[in-house]
Amino acid sequence: MDFAIETKDLLRIFKPSRKLFKRKNPNGNGAPEGPVTALENVTTQIREGELFGLLGPNGAGKTTLIKILCTLLLPTAGHAYVAGYDVAKDPFPIREKINMVSGGETSGYGLLTTRENIWMFSQFYGVPSKVAKARIDELFKTFGLWDKRDAKVRTLSSGQRQKMNMVRGFVTDPEILFLDEPTLGLDVNASRVIRDYVMGWVRRQKGKTILLTTHYMMEADEMCDRIAIIDHGRILACDTPENLRRGIRKDTTFRLEVDTLKSTSMFTGMRGVKNFSAKNDIANNTTSLTFILEDESPVSDILSSIQSQGSKIHYLQKSEPTLEDVFISMVGRGLE
Amino acid sequence: MSSAARIHWRSFKWAAWLGWEMDSNWTEPWLFMVYSVIKPIAGAFILVLMYTVFALIGQFRDPDLFSYIYVGNAFFIFVGNTLFGTFQVIQSDREWYQTLRYTYISPISYYTYIVGRAASKVAVAALAVVITLAFGALALGVRFEINLAQLPIFAAAFVLGLFCLVSIGICLAGISFMTAKHTHGLAEGIPGIFYVFCGVLFPLTALPEWAQSVGRGIPLTYWFDLTRRLLLPPNTISTGLGFFNDYEILALLLASSLIFFLMSIGIFKLGEFLARRAGKIDMTTSY
Repeated sequence: MDFAIETKDLLRIFKPSRKLFKRKNPNGNGAPEGPVTALENVTTQIREGELFGLLGPNGAGKTTLIKILCTLLLPTAGHAYVAGYDVAKDPFPIREKINMVSGGETSGYGLLTTRENIWMFSQFYGVPSKVAKARIDELFKTFGLWDKRDAKVRTLSSGQRQKMNMVRGFVTDPEILFLDEPTLGLDVNASRVIRDYVMGWVRRQKGKTILLTTHYMMEADEMCDRIAIIDHGRILACDTPENLRRGIRKDTTFRLEVDTLKSTSMFTGMRGVKNFSAKNDIANNTTSLTFILEDESPVSDILSSIQSQGSKIHYLQKSEPTLEDVFISMVGRGLE
Repeated sequence: MSSAARIHWRSFKWAAWLGWEMDSNWTEPWLFMVYSVIKPIAGAFILVLMYTVFALIGQFRDPDLFSYIYVGNAFFIFVGNTLFGTFQVIQSDREWYQTLRYTYISPISYYTYIVGRAASKVAVAALAVVITLAFGALALGVRFEINLAQLPIFAAAFVLGLFCLVSIGICLAGISFMTAKHTHGLAEGIPGIFYVFCGVLFPLTALPEWAQSVGRGIPLTYWFDLTRRLLLPPNTISTGLGFFNDYEILALLLASSLIFFLMSIGIFKLGEFLARRAGKIDMTTSY
């Protein structure tokens, strides 16, 4: 089978730049900067026509992987192929077939109009001018930018710029599209429109492939044919959303909301607790807990531990596993 | 047109379009025109002031020397604009517009793209040079002597000079792939080196021997010398290159330009590879 994207034992290590005088770690912990492993032995295969999701928290290695596949970055070791071409040795044929959109950034030439900006990029790809202009008009209408078609880019809000960049990604009608957190920072409606368009684009046309990175569980669950869960540069699981959920269905998932807990360390290693995550809501003075349990037997111990801290339980719910539960089950913490 | 030629043409054409839009669209067209005319004339007045001060200190009045300085400085406008136009592209696209990653992953030649972006700066510089020369002839008494039979050699020298400048600019662009905070230093420093060592303001013979050797290693020295020979009447100024005839100077300019062109390809490719390896192609540093 031909794969649109294939990686084999991909490794990427970022070394700190060599300086005459050693600097302290910018994190401020006093230790010298060391190499960072952003990707470790990543092996994956993405089929042509697939909408493939890469789900992981910030710093998991999602953007690094996309940068390698887009020919912006070289791997330290291993191989990556896009449309059958090696990203390290043969970047040019790859560039003819791909495009990329990064969410949350506000790129663009402020002196050009939105239309000129997009049109210029389409010309880099050799799209006939008439075709490009028709596509731009259609995409501007779809993404709600029609009113801004002749506005200078410098006058756009950051959300509008992000939508403009989505148009830039689709205007070249690439075979393979990389979407790096495409809805980051967008409002609910704009995110909805983008998700619907992306799903329609890949399903409507034969041979289109999308690699989407996100840390929104719902987005990955709703959109993707298959999802790889990535953390600390390693792919922990890769399957359809349904199969990933099914994998932990034999486990029991409980959600609780309690008064803010001083400590959650008592849950670590508690008998019957496979994994858990805790998230404090400072505004409401509460802690949200999700437990992945082998069965229901540890529930009474959990409740006792919470009450021993003097914390009141607001609600307790047994629920069907979600992708977030899959993630918690694998890495022991939530995504956000 | 072959596929490769089509890609290079596409890269150049749209980069030049973008460069022109950015250079000319920052204000109203009439203000842009006024600015384009006034700026070189203001530069000419600075030159007049510099010459007057030199003349007062040195107790001399030499129209040939004034013409020498004037033409050198007029053509130096190309140096500043072309070098800045080439090697600030990476910095500005990467840090300010944050478009570099999208341009870089598009199917163009990034080398040719940078040349295209510089084209508008060269066009703006050409207008400034013409205005400066015309102002010198009409208002400041700079005497030109142009032999029509020598126009082909002038055209060849002019094209080679620009070719060489773009090549030097691309060498610096290759370096700027890996740097962020030093770009402005390079933008000021490198033209400054050329200003001192290439006989722009004073003849090469005014420099110590070692500095003259440095000047002879830079193609722009030959460019300035040949341009003056072809535009100004014969004079007695010792340039240190008088033992070469015009064709020999042209040959030296051609040879050194080719060397710099090959260097530009090597340095650009190396800088690109190192930046791709280090993850610096699209870095934003907020410098």
